[in-house]
Amino acid sequence: MAQHADNAYYVPHATRWPIVGSLGMIIMLASAAYWLNGASAARWSFLLGVAILVFMVFGWFGQVIRESERGVYNEQVDSSFRLGMAWFIFSEIMFFACFFGALFYARALVVPWLGGEGSGAATNEYLWPGYVPHWPTNGPGEVGGDFQTIPAFGIPFVNTLILLTSGVTITLAHHALKAARRTPLILWLAATVLLGLVFVVLQVEEYLEAYQVLGLTLGSGIYGSTFFMLTGFHGLHVSLGAIILLVIMLRSMRGHFTPDSHFAFEAAAWYWHFVDVVWLGLFIFVYVL
Amino acid sequence: MSSIAAHESDALRMPDAQADHKPHGFLDRWLFTTNHKDIGTLYLVFSLLMFLVGGTMALVIRAELFMPGLQLVEPDFFNQMTTMHALIMVFGAVMPAWVGFANWMIPMMIGAPDMALPRMNNWSFWILPFAFAMLLSTLFMDSGGPAAGWTLYPPLSLQTGPSFAFVVFAVHMMGISSIMGSINVIATIMNMRAPGMTLLRMPLFVWTWLITAYLLMAVMPVLAGAVTMLLTDHFFGTSFFNAAGGGDPVMFQHIFWFFGHPEVYIMILPAFGVISEILPTFSRKPLFGYAAMVYATASIAFLSFIVWAHHMFTVGMPLEGELFFMYATMLIAVPTGVKVFNWVSTMWKGAMTFETPMLFALGFVVLFTIGGLSGLMLSIAAADLQYHDTYFVVAHFHYVLVPGSVFALMAGTYYWLPKWTGRMYSERWGKTHFWLSAIFVNVLFFPQHFLGLAGMPRRIPDYSPQFADFNQWSSIGGFLFGATQLIFVGVIVHCVWFSRKPARARVWESARGLEWTVPSPAPYHTFAEPPDIDESMVVHADEVSH
Amino acid sequence: MNRANTVIITLAVLAAVAAAFWLLLAAPALTGNEINMPVGVTAQSAIHYELHMVILKICVVIGVLVFGAMFTSIVLHRKSRGHRPAEFSHNTSAEIVWTIIPVLILISMAIPATTALVKMEDASGADLTIKVTGFQWKWKYEYLDEEVAFISALSADSNAARQLRSGIDPATVDNYLLDVDHPLVLPVGKKVRFLITADDVIHAWWVPDFGWKRDAIPGFVNEAWTLIEQPGTYRGQCAELCGKDHGFMPIVVEALPEPEFQAWLAAQKTRSQAEAQTVASEWTTDRLLERGRAVYATHCATCHQEDGGGLAPAFPALAGSPVSTGPLQENIRVVLEGREGTAMQAFGDLLSATDIAAALTYTRNAFGNDTGDVVQPRTIAETTQH
Ligand code: HEA
Ligand code: HEA
Ligand code: HEC
Ligand code: CUA
Ligand SMILES: [Cu+2]
Repeated sequence: MAQHADNAYYVPHATRWPIVGSLGMIIMLASAAYWLNGASAARWSFLLGVAILVFMVFGWFGQVIRESERGVYNEQVDSSFRLGMAWFIFSEIMFFACFFGALFYARALVVPWLGGEGSGAATNEYLWPGYVPHWPTNGPGEVGGDFQTIPAFGIPFVNTLILLTSGVTITLAHHALKAARRTPLILWLAATVLLGLVFVVLQVEEYLEAYQVLGLTLGSGIYGSTFFMLTGFHGLHVSLGAIILLVIMLRSMRGHFTPDSHFAFEAAAWYWHFVDVVWLGLFIFVYVL
Repeated sequence: MSSIAAHESDALRMPDAQADHKPHGFLDRWLFTTNHKDIGTLYLVFSLLMFLVGGTMALVIRAELFMPGLQLVEPDFFNQMTTMHALIMVFGAVMPAWVGFANWMIPMMIGAPDMALPRMNNWSFWILPFAFAMLLSTLFMDSGGPAAGWTLYPPLSLQTGPSFAFVVFAVHMMGISSIMGSINVIATIMNMRAPGMTLLRMPLFVWTWLITAYLLMAVMPVLAGAVTMLLTDHFFGTSFFNAAGGGDPVMFQHIFWFFGHPEVYIMILPAFGVISEILPTFSRKPLFGYAAMVYATASIAFLSFIVWAHHMFTVGMPLEGELFFMYATMLIAVPTGVKVFNWVSTMWKGAMTFETPMLFALGFVVLFTIGGLSGLMLSIAAADLQYHDTYFVVAHFHYVLVPGSVFALMAGTYYWLPKWTGRMYSERWGKTHFWLSAIFVNVLFFPQHFLGLAGMPRRIPDYSPQFADFNQWSSIGGFLFGATQLIFVGVIVHCVWFSRKPARARVWESARGLEWTVPSPAPYHTFAEPPDIDESMVVHADEVSH
Repeated sequence: MNRANTVIITLAVLAAVAAAFWLLLAAPALTGNEINMPVGVTAQSAIHYELHMVILKICVVIGVLVFGAMFTSIVLHRKSRGHRPAEFSHNTSAEIVWTIIPVLILISMAIPATTALVKMEDASGADLTIKVTGFQWKWKYEYLDEEVAFISALSADSNAARQLRSGIDPATVDNYLLDVDHPLVLPVGKKVRFLITADDVIHAWWVPDFGWKRDAIPGFVNEAWTLIEQPGTYRGQCAELCGKDHGFMPIVVEALPEPEFQAWLAAQKTRSQAEAQTVASEWTTDRLLERGRAVYATHCATCHQEDGGGLAPAFPALAGSPVSTGPLQENIRVVLEGREGTAMQAFGDLLSATDIAAALTYTRNAFGNDTGDVVQPRTIAETTQH
């Protein structure tokens, strides 16, 4: 139908990528499980699974990109993609909301209860005598030992500026794309990717400092748990976003996208903005407050 | 991988996609398909299989509980059965079955050529068999499968042996599958409706699924987060659920039920939709209060986000918390009541006939309401201090799930089976299936109310002899109910392969809706060109215009 | 599909309704089985029972009305009777009515429900405080300020009968699964405050006759209270899945009149003092082994099994275990401190020095572990003091 009616919805007729993806996924996750259980040889099959998944992503998206460039997608297909991407991002937001929820719950309720506030008087008296609630904390059992926190206005603040700037550069790239000015498009994209990379590098730096100098680890009680889970998943998303943007940049260099049809670019930009906004939440609730 | 590259151009070379080309090879047809009907079939077959597997586990439970004393299994294996039974029924049977219905029916009901994202559609199905293979494989590991209940409460779940990581990853995979499935449903409904199919003209099944998809999008990631925290607590020394580190085991319960409560509505809202399709057809009368039904569904969905802690009345929440969650939970009775009353009013002064789908729908209305009313009793926090974690709760949720969701699935299957296969099923066996199911499901679950009130806790492999009689009834009911489901399998097999009676396009004389305007069996591709919607085709045009 | 059906359906409905009511009223008498919530023996339990009955009745009435309307329609408005379908599809006033009325019903339920909950909350002014700790799979009771504490586990009879294919008919065992070795003894007519917590996983303390259950959560203390009005023995069970023997950790409360309770308490204190004195004395190997066998059976065998063979892979065998046959100090440490994050609990908090010494002596000399070691209670007491 793609051929004979311009406005017909494009329905592909078969696809092998999903099953490849499922195989990759099961190999990756089953290996991860074996690995966690101590079978360290499973890390090789884990990598194999990851490789298959990456292969699948390239194959699948490559196919979509070729179809897109051939113009078989109409506006309605475009709109499906938009809805799909928007809701995917929504699901990611809920994933982070879960960890933020844990942070708020622990900090606003659990720690005070352990310290005897509210309904926790008996808890404190009989189980954790002497524990004074405070934040950051590794709990009354001082799990993971002494630690110090990362000051908000060091690397984290720099990283905030970096991500905010990258939000601007991606928008500038978008303007360039809409104005059909390819060179600035590529340059602004390159700047965004670069900022993303710097962010990740600084984040790694911060982690090293936390582990080696501050004694702050994933095992540092509830503070360490929420801190590393939130910033860690965020860091993963930045890395992923940077890779996506890199692909978009390479595609732009190949002459993909037109001023009025560039959904992939927009999807990447949405994703980047989402990562950005999550960081703002992190910066405020994890570092500053 | 050149074959993949060669393959991709097929789609483009296909001269006329509207012709009824089914792919030829078995693998091409089922493994690589992007066709919503094929994928729907895959989902339905898979979920039927899982229903049988999960049901068999239920029968292990019922067999051990047939009389006091341990006769068949060790307590730990019993707990594995309870846990796996629930995980499989919830994530493997009921949820995928509804996705199967969505795949088959939504495009046909809104005049779309297919789902909005057909390739992803294939993937969201093909993750599931792998996820469940991994989940089921844990039963064969040395340490056995998960045994901490489907709710996976820590710290108990953290005592699970090597199978733990597999379980967590299986749950992740199910979540990914559900998220992709619901993205597809949302995109299809929002983007693929034929011109003229306005939102308030959509069949209720489409409406309920749209809202279900929103629920799924909001809560599946939260479940993924919750099990991820379990994983890191188990393997990486985090303290989310450990008081010594400043965490709290109860925090898991809050997160889990933030997912879990909407989850139970995920299983029931599409059921409401199917029932709202079937009752008007066999009452020969338009659905009563279409708009109210839509608003009620939306209200239930909204409320479902703020009632989760009614599963936790005994954890020692502050009083204000208990009161808030009690009131919010009670409120759900209002929109649900609107639905029940509207269904009864749909039947009122109709001209009813009682084909199998209608029988299951009527069974649904009665038995779901019983389950809903016991739910309301549970929501009364002070009384729940007694009911909680007893068989009264087990009775409640099986009433809403088995003669609720599962009966609605069966009603829908009988209703649309002729459309799917092009042949009529055996009405006589269908009715037999209904009557036996309706009787035995009550023998199975009604006595559990008594057991719970008399003090039998749930999740126990053995009990004091005072509970023996009703457990025996329940087990007998369970075995007979299970055996009855073989009739269901038989009716389907007969209809698909052996029935000689062709089905008309409009299978039921007064059925309305676009799916009845296409031939039976529905051609491989339908509505490649959007249909012209005229008033007679859509279900609800009349009411909305006033 | 006409007259006959009508009759059948009407009869079936009537029969079902009648049967349900009959069951509700007559079943206890007929089968000897209780089918309703107990009224219980406290004011609170009576309140919860009343609340339960009120909402149950309201729900039954709602059910009868809704199903009555539905079945009337099923009987009257059927095609086979030649009924012509009406056309209506909404009726705003009816819809408003059946939104408002349920709201009113709910409000009428919410009021007593709220008062009941508020009453439950107030644990102040208690005469006696008991700390209850859930362990896999037994309860520890501590009479705070009274220096009395003990462990309460499934009674030996029930425990023997409940083994897989034990060959013992549960009906022959008194209070099968609802009996313990050391019941909790409480005074009648006094407000007793409970501090409920757990050591390993979540449990829930529930005696139906008191009208409530409360979760026992490791790391947190939940408060609850009761005021028992009648002397008697009240039985309940752990009500939160806590692992393989969740079904086998009952609760038994013996409620005694105040004087008898005081006498019991005094006896208890003397006993524990006497017990403390024996710690210092030298025990013979035979006495230690004998006592050890008993301690092992009640406290260790659920996990490590009667024959010391364990339950692979979760519960290691003690027979031939490198710990049970290795250096004594390490063995003492494992038993006293447990193993963090596993079901192996810190028995130092749970058993007396004598019991631990006995268990150690036994496990180091039974199941073919012939280390010949004899562990004196004194040794354990000294270790725990440091
Ligand atoms: C399809 C699934 C489903 C559905 C639809 C429901 C519906 C409801 N459930 Fe249920 N529930 C479960 C599945 C479901 N539940 C499961 C699986 C569990 C246990 C999980 C576990 O622990 O493993 C559970 C447990 C559960 C609990 C926790 C019990 C405990 O553990 O102590 C509670 C407590 O409030 C509850 C309440 C309700 C309520 C108020 C509704 C309401 O939505 C019901 C509304 C319907 C009606 C009330 C009937 C129709 C209305 C009328 C006829 C109008 C007039 C009525 C009045 C004015 C009263 N449910
Ligand atoms: C959609 C969900 C769903 C469904 C459909 C069911 C269906 C059934 N459930 Fe289950 N159940 C749950 C969800 C569900 N359940 C949940 C969430 C729990 C809580 C778990 C927890 O505590 O963690 C639970 C717990 C649960 C318990 C309590 C266990 C415990 O507390 O220890 C029991 C006990 O009777 C039970 C029984 C049954 C039975 C007999 C059926 C029957 O309806 C099943 C009927 C189907 C079949 C029997 C299979 C079909 C037939 C064959 C395979 C043919 C062969 C059979 C014969 C020849 C007889 N279920
Ligand atoms: C609730 C279950 C449970 C009970 C009761 C229990 N244990 Fe254990 N025990 C365990 C588990 C689980 C381990 C393994 C811990 C690990 O993985 O490190 C263990 C380990 C041990 C070990 C170390 C064995 C080895 O080879 O590593 C010894 C010794 C031991 N237990 C003795 C006892 C004694 C003595 C008692 C009774 C007083 C007892 N246990 C009661 C569960 C239990
Ligand atoms: Cu302890 Cu269940
Ligand atoms: Cu709920």
